[in-house]
Amino acid sequence: MEFFLQLLVNGVCVGLLYGISAMGFVMIFKASSVLNFAHGELLALGAFFFLSLVTWGKIPTAAAFLLTLLGCFLLGFIIEKFFLRPLIGEKLIFVIMLTVGLSAMFKGMILLIWGGNLQTYPEFLPQWLEMKIGSIYIAPVYSSALMISIVFLVLFGLFFKKSSQGIYMRSVADNQKAALSLGVHVRRVFALSWAIAAMVACMSGIVLGIINGVNVHDLSAIGLKVFPVVILGGLDSIGGAIIGGIIIGLLETFTGGYLSPSLRDVVPYIVLVFILMVKPYGLFGLVEIERV
Amino acid sequence: MKKFSFHPCGNFRESYLQELTIFETWFGRVSLLVFLVVLMVGAPLFLSNYLLYILNNIGIMAIAAVGLNILIGYTGQISLGHGAFFGVGAYAGAILATRLGLPFYICIPSAGLITALIGMIFGIPSGRLKGLYLTIATLAGQFIIEYVLIQWESLTKGTMGIALPEPKLLEMTISGDRAFFFVIFFCLIAMTWFAVNMMRSKYGRAFIAIRDNDRAAEGMGIPIFKYKLLSFGISSFYAGFAGSIWAYYMVSITTEPFNLGLSVEFIAMVIIGGMGNIPGSIFGATFITVLNEILRYTTSLLMNVSFVTSLGLNMAPLREFVFGLAIVLFILIEPKGLAELWRIVRSSFRLWPFSY
Repeated sequence: MEFFLQLLVNGVCVGLLYGISAMGFVMIFKASSVLNFAHGELLALGAFFFLSLVTWGKIPTAAAFLLTLLGCFLLGFIIEKFFLRPLIGEKLIFVIMLTVGLSAMFKGMILLIWGGNLQTYPEFLPQWLEMKIGSIYIAPVYSSALMISIVFLVLFGLFFKKSSQGIYMRSVADNQKAALSLGVHVRRVFALSWAIAAMVACMSGIVLGIINGVNVHDLSAIGLKVFPVVILGGLDSIGGAIIGGIIIGLLETFTGGYLSPSLRDVVPYIVLVFILMVKPYGLFGLVEIERV
Repeated sequence: MKKFSFHPCGNFRESYLQELTIFETWFGRVSLLVFLVVLMVGAPLFLSNYLLYILNNIGIMAIAAVGLNILIGYTGQISLGHGAFFGVGAYAGAILATRLGLPFYICIPSAGLITALIGMIFGIPSGRLKGLYLTIATLAGQFIIEYVLIQWESLTKGTMGIALPEPKLLEMTISGDRAFFFVIFFCLIAMTWFAVNMMRSKYGRAFIAIRDNDRAAEGMGIPIFKYKLLSFGISSFYAGFAGSIWAYYMVSITTEPFNLGLSVEFIAMVIIGGMGNIPGSIFGATFITVLNEILRYTTSLLMNVSFVTSLGLNMAPLREFVFGLAIVLFILIEPKGLAELWRIVRSSFRLWPFSY
């Protein structure tokens, strides 16, 4: 029973991280329907940028965090402006392969600059975050991850519901042509959504880096694990991403705990195929109506 | 009708038969034949073993890329699992050769057939999924196949790998780059011939109709699920065929090379070569293989430069960076690929001195 509970808690924690990592991915998809294969590398870029600022630059943690967010915001702008804007209206495969190419570029760049070894942040989380409920232990990193993700979820919920830019974004996601004819600046919305998504991605990268250490291979693998998460949660729902993440996390830890550790990494994909066979647009995804 | 002449200066076609011709003039046909004869005779005679090794690799990759082009370029179904299918072919060939002791000329086609079957199983989601969702499903297929190859140790020997016997043809052993050159290029020519001609047939036209609009194709009476499965089957047959030749050529295989990176390389070959263009895939395979080889050479060269080593830089990731950059630049600058560039070069010669 204790084993079960510990697995449950671990699963929820890991799943929450997947959910956070998927948030940026979902935002990009929501605004510009681009499947971003470079997401894992965006996570890694954020994590490494923060690492350099903290360890080499000796900048205080909070300032470094804000600087990283700003840098990633600009990076998102640049990616959209130079790489994705020329492809608006092009075939799906070109967009997919462009992000694949970008991911190879970023990965090469990160490896060139920071190398492939595991690196860790200096300890900066306060100890009071540590939680102990009965015999179950939750490390401070996990509880802080939980808090950060809740804060961001609330912030984004408010942003999409209340602010005018957020409403423009939703309108573009809903129907590009209608939004355009109502005077929404669609190109600016695309640029902004990439920028915000890159920012969210780098934030998740930092959280992941705090927990597991920063390693480009691990982070880009998480970028691929985002796919089952978002298919489960629906490609266009940010809240769904968190739910999908938790389900995948539970699935993984329980398979790892009870069945076999090697099956752990492949089980999300097996589930993914079955879900897609039964519900072709994911569990909570929007059904597209097609006309010839 | 067709004369031994250069290209006509306009479109003077009068029947569908003329529209379907592969070679517009005898000149094109003869020059291709001359090129092939020169390649088949000249390359083994004059090239060094290293260059032949590269050529052989190009040939193997080109077979797989032609197969993927049938799926992506002609049928419009994106598959991220081609590298895994290549691996399935390699393992099928290796297992048939070692366990059953079949000769290689039976092994290679049957490995292709086995892969085709598996490809069709992983193509089943295409009946209900399209676009992004199908891409994700094939991505899952890639990971599942990789997992099975590593974990099914009784059959694949897991990470130990399998060593293949030397192939024999009429009591002659085929080994070394020179002998394999003939096998590989004979297969490549036959497979390309088949692919080009299939695309002119009923099947090819059905594939293209599905690519352009599958709903409309269904409305015209094309059973789209059957044709999508067929397309998956044919493309995996090519992958498996190429994979098993590769296994013979490499002598021993492990599961390592058949990862997502290989799948991405195959798609890059198709895109850089030109989608919906069979000779383009061969160009693409050549480009990627040569690029890989050049990058490997330069990075190993850079490793030994004292300046770089003194800085403690590891130049190996440069390969990945340039590879990604090549894909991105091709998509942004010439999305129709090398085949289009080749067409532009040819037509500017043809229209000289009035080329634009």
